[in-house]
Amino acid sequence: MFGKLSIEAVPYHEPIVMVVLAVAAVMGLAVVAAITYFKKWGYLWKEWITSVDHKRLGVMYIIVAIIMLIRGFSDAIMMRSQQAIASGGAQGYLPPEHYDQIFTAHGVIMIFFMAMPFMVGLMNIAVPLQIGARDVAFPFLNSLSFWLTVAGVILVNVSLGVGEFAATGWLAYPPLSDIQYSPGVGVDYWIWSLQISGIGTLLTGVNFFVTILKMRAPGMTLMKMPMFTWTALCTNVLIITAFPILTVTIALLTLDRYIGTHFFTNDMGGNQMMYVNLIWAWGHPEVYILVLPAFGIFAEVVATYCKKRLFGYTSMVYATVAITVLSFIVWLHHFFTMGAGANVNSFFGIATMIIAIPTGVKIFNWLFTMYEGRVQFTVPMAWTLGFLITFTIGGMTGVLLAVPGADYVLHNSLFLIAHFHNVIIGGVVFGYLAGFTYWFPKVFGFKLDEKLGKASAWCWIVGFFTAFMPLYALGFMGMTRRLNSYDNPDWHFPLIVAAIGAAIIACGIACQLLQLFVSIKNRHQNIDETGDPWGGRTLEWSIPSPAPFYNFAHTPVVEERDAFWDMKEKGISEQKPAEYQDIHMPKNTSAGFFIGIIASVFGFALIWHIWWLAIVSAIGIFVTMVLRTFNDDIDYYVPAAEVERIESQRYQKLSNQA
Amino acid sequence: MSTQSMTNQDAHAHGHEHDDHEHHDPVATKVFGFWIYIMSDCVLFASIFATYAVLGTNYAGGPTSHELFELPFVLVETFVLLASSFMIGLATLAMNKGNKQGTMLWLALTLVLGAVFVGLEIYEFHHFISEGAGPQRSAFLSSFFTLVGTHGLHVTSGVIWAIILLIQIATKGLNDMNRSRLMCLSLFWHFLHIIWICVFTIVYLMGVI
Repeated sequence: MFGKLSIEAVPYHEPIVMVVLAVAAVMGLAVVAAITYFKKWGYLWKEWITSVDHKRLGVMYIIVAIIMLIRGFSDAIMMRSQQAIASGGAQGYLPPEHYDQIFTAHGVIMIFFMAMPFMVGLMNIAVPLQIGARDVAFPFLNSLSFWLTVAGVILVNVSLGVGEFAATGWLAYPPLSDIQYSPGVGVDYWIWSLQISGIGTLLTGVNFFVTILKMRAPGMTLMKMPMFTWTALCTNVLIITAFPILTVTIALLTLDRYIGTHFFTNDMGGNQMMYVNLIWAWGHPEVYILVLPAFGIFAEVVATYCKKRLFGYTSMVYATVAITVLSFIVWLHHFFTMGAGANVNSFFGIATMIIAIPTGVKIFNWLFTMYEGRVQFTVPMAWTLGFLITFTIGGMTGVLLAVPGADYVLHNSLFLIAHFHNVIIGGVVFGYLAGFTYWFPKVFGFKLDEKLGKASAWCWIVGFFTAFMPLYALGFMGMTRRLNSYDNPDWHFPLIVAAIGAAIIACGIACQLLQLFVSIKNRHQNIDETGDPWGGRTLEWSIPSPAPFYNFAHTPVVEERDAFWDMKEKGISEQKPAEYQDIHMPKNTSAGFFIGIIASVFGFALIWHIWWLAIVSAIGIFVTMVLRTFNDDIDYYVPAAEVERIESQRYQKLSNQA
Repeated sequence: MSTQSMTNQDAHAHGHEHDDHEHHDPVATKVFGFWIYIMSDCVLFASIFATYAVLGTNYAGGPTSHELFELPFVLVETFVLLASSFMIGLATLAMNKGNKQGTMLWLALTLVLGAVFVGLEIYEFHHFISEGAGPQRSAFLSSFFTLVGTHGLHVTSGVIWAIILLIQIATKGLNDMNRSRLMCLSLFWHFLHIIWICVFTIVYLMGVI
C-alpha cells in the first residue's frame, strides 16, 4: 500500500533534524495562522497562487529563492563548523552519512533552488518591462513553470523529514548513485526533484526566448535591446539546448535504478564516464545560464548609476554570444583526470582559457563605463564593485585550473571549491542581489533601505574573502573536498578562519532580511512617486511604480538604445496620451498550481515506490492539462476607462511633484 | 504549405478589432514557440543518440544487433509512419480549405496509423524480451530500448493528442485555437518522422551492416 514508506522513514532519533523540523513546523504554522487571522487566503489565491502576471510570478520565484538561500546557507554553516571542530582525531558533531547528505543538499539547493529561481524571478520581473510587452508569450506556461519548480522544492524539503537525501555529491555520479551503492531513497529524491523542476526550467526557457524574439516593442531591434534582455536571451538559448541533456541524463540514471538497465553500471557494458560527460554537457552551460543574467544586471546597474550609456554595447553583445557558444565546448575540463589523452585535454583546456577573453571584454566595458561617469555609490553599485574584484580573482583561478597539468594536482581539492564559490558568489549572488535592490521599487513602489543594504554588501564581500581565501591555500596544502574529519593539524587554523568567514556572511544575510523588514516598515518614507527612482535608461522606468498589471497603457515606440533615456532627452517621456484603448490580458488560472502540486505527489509516489499513487497522480496531471485545453475562457479586455483611471493617478502624482 | 496556412491564421488574428498591438500575433507566436520546443526535443534525442553511439556495441556477451534486427519488419514500421505523416499533411491541406470533415477524416487516419506503428513497436519489444534480449541484458539493449522507446512514447503522446484534438475540432470547429493546434501537431508528427529516419539509419541499418 505505501511502497517502501513506513514510520521508520522519519529520522526521529536524529536530534538535529528533529529540531530543524520542529522550528520549520512552528514557522509554517505561524504563517498559516497569520494568513487565517488576517483573512488573506482568498487574496492569496486570487492575486498570487492563480496569477499569470509575470511580475507576481517573479516575486514568488524570488521568495522561494530567499527561503532556499537560508536553507542552503544553514547547510554551509553546518559544514564549516563541522570542519572547524573535526580536526586531529575529533569526529565533530555530524556523523559521515549525515555530513554527506548536507554537502549534497547544499549544492543542489544553492544551484537549482536558490540561484535558478532567483534568476528566473528577475527575468520574469524585468524582461517583459524592458522590451515594452504586456506579459510573456505564454502566461499560463509561465505559471506552470513556477509551480513545477515549487514541486521540486517541496520534494527536496520533504526529504529532510521523510527518509533521507542523496549522499552522493550534488551531481550524483554513478556507480555511487546506482541502486547497488545507494539503495535508499536519497538519490530518488534527488532524481525527481531535479527532473520535475528541470521541466519547469525548460518551459521557462522556451517561453522567454519566444517572448524576447516576438514581443518587443516596435522599433526595438535586436541591437537596441537593453543589455539584461540580451543576456536573458542568451541564457534562454542555453536553457533550451542544455536542459534536455539533463532530462535525458537523469532519466537514464532513473532507468538504471528502477528497472535495472545498464547505462552507468560497473557490469554488462555500462559506462560511468558517459554519465559524467552527459551531466557536464548540461552542467557547464548551466553555470553560464546563471552568470549571464548577472552580467546583464551589472551592465544595467553600471550604466544607470554612472549616468552614462554603457561603454562598448556592441562588444558586450558579441562577448555574451561568444560565451554562449563557447560554454558548450568546455565541459570536459570538469574531468581532465578521466584520462582522455593529451590532445583532448589540450583542446578543452584551450577552449576554457578562451572564455576568459570575452569575459575580460565585459570587465573592461564595465570599468570604462564608470570611467569619467558620475558614479553614485548606491547599494547595487556596492555589489557591482565587490563583483568586479571578486569575480576577476575567481576568473583567474579558473584559468589556472584550465591548465590540465595544474588540474591534475588541484582536481577535487579545496582549491576548486574556492574557485567556483569565488565566481558563483562573486558573480551570480552579488549580481542577483544587485538586481533585487535595483528592480525592487519597480515591483513594490518603494525603495530598499540604503544603509542596511550597504552593510549587507560589505558583510558578504568581507565574509566571502575570509571564508574562501583560506580554501585556496588548503587546496595547495593537499586538502580534498567533502571531508567529514581530518587528521592533518595544519589544516585546522585555516578552517577556523573559513568558519569565521561563514559567520560574517551570515551577518550579511541577516542585514538583508533586516533591510527587507525595515524597508517595509518605513515604506512611506521611501516611496517611489515617479516610477523612475534611479534616473533609469530603459523602458521599465517609463511606467509607474508599482508597475500596473497591464504594464504599458500604450505600447511604447523605440527609436534608440536606452529608449527611456532617449524619450527623456526628447522631452516626450511624460506626455499624456490623447486616448486609451482596451487592453487584452490573460485570465488567471489554477491549472498550473494544481499540476505543480500533483507533480510533487507524483514524484513522492515514485520515490517511495507507491505505484498506485504514481498512476493516480499521473492521470491527475493529464486530466488537468486536458481540461485546461478545453477551456476557451482564458482572456479578457481591460476597458479603456479603467486604464485611464489608473494612468491618471500617475499623472496626478507627477504633477504634484512638479 | 505551412507558410500559406500561417498567413491564413494571421488574417484571422488581425480580425479582432480590439487588438492594439499588431506586432504581436498570438497564433504565429504559438507556432514559433512550438518550433522552439521541438528544437529542445531534438537535443533530447541527440543526447540519447549519443548514448547509443557510445554504448551500442557493448553487447556484454548477449545478443548483438546483427542477430536481433529484422530489416523487413522495420521497413513495414517505417512505411506505416511515413503514410501517417502523409495523412497529417492531407489533414492540414483540408484545414486550409476550411473542410472540417476532411480534416477530421485525415487526422483520424493519421492517428490510426500512428497507433499501428506503436503496436508494431510493442510487438517487436515483446519479441525481443521473450527471446531474453530485454533492456536489462546489456548496455547495448538498454540504450536500444531507451532510444526506440522514447520515440515510441513520443508517437503515443502524439496519438493521444490527436484524439483530444479530434474531439476539440468536432465540438468547436476549425477555430483559430484548433488551427494552431493542428499546425503544432503536424510539426510534431513530421519531426518524429525525421527522428525515425535517424533511428532507422543509425540503429537498424548500421546495426546489420
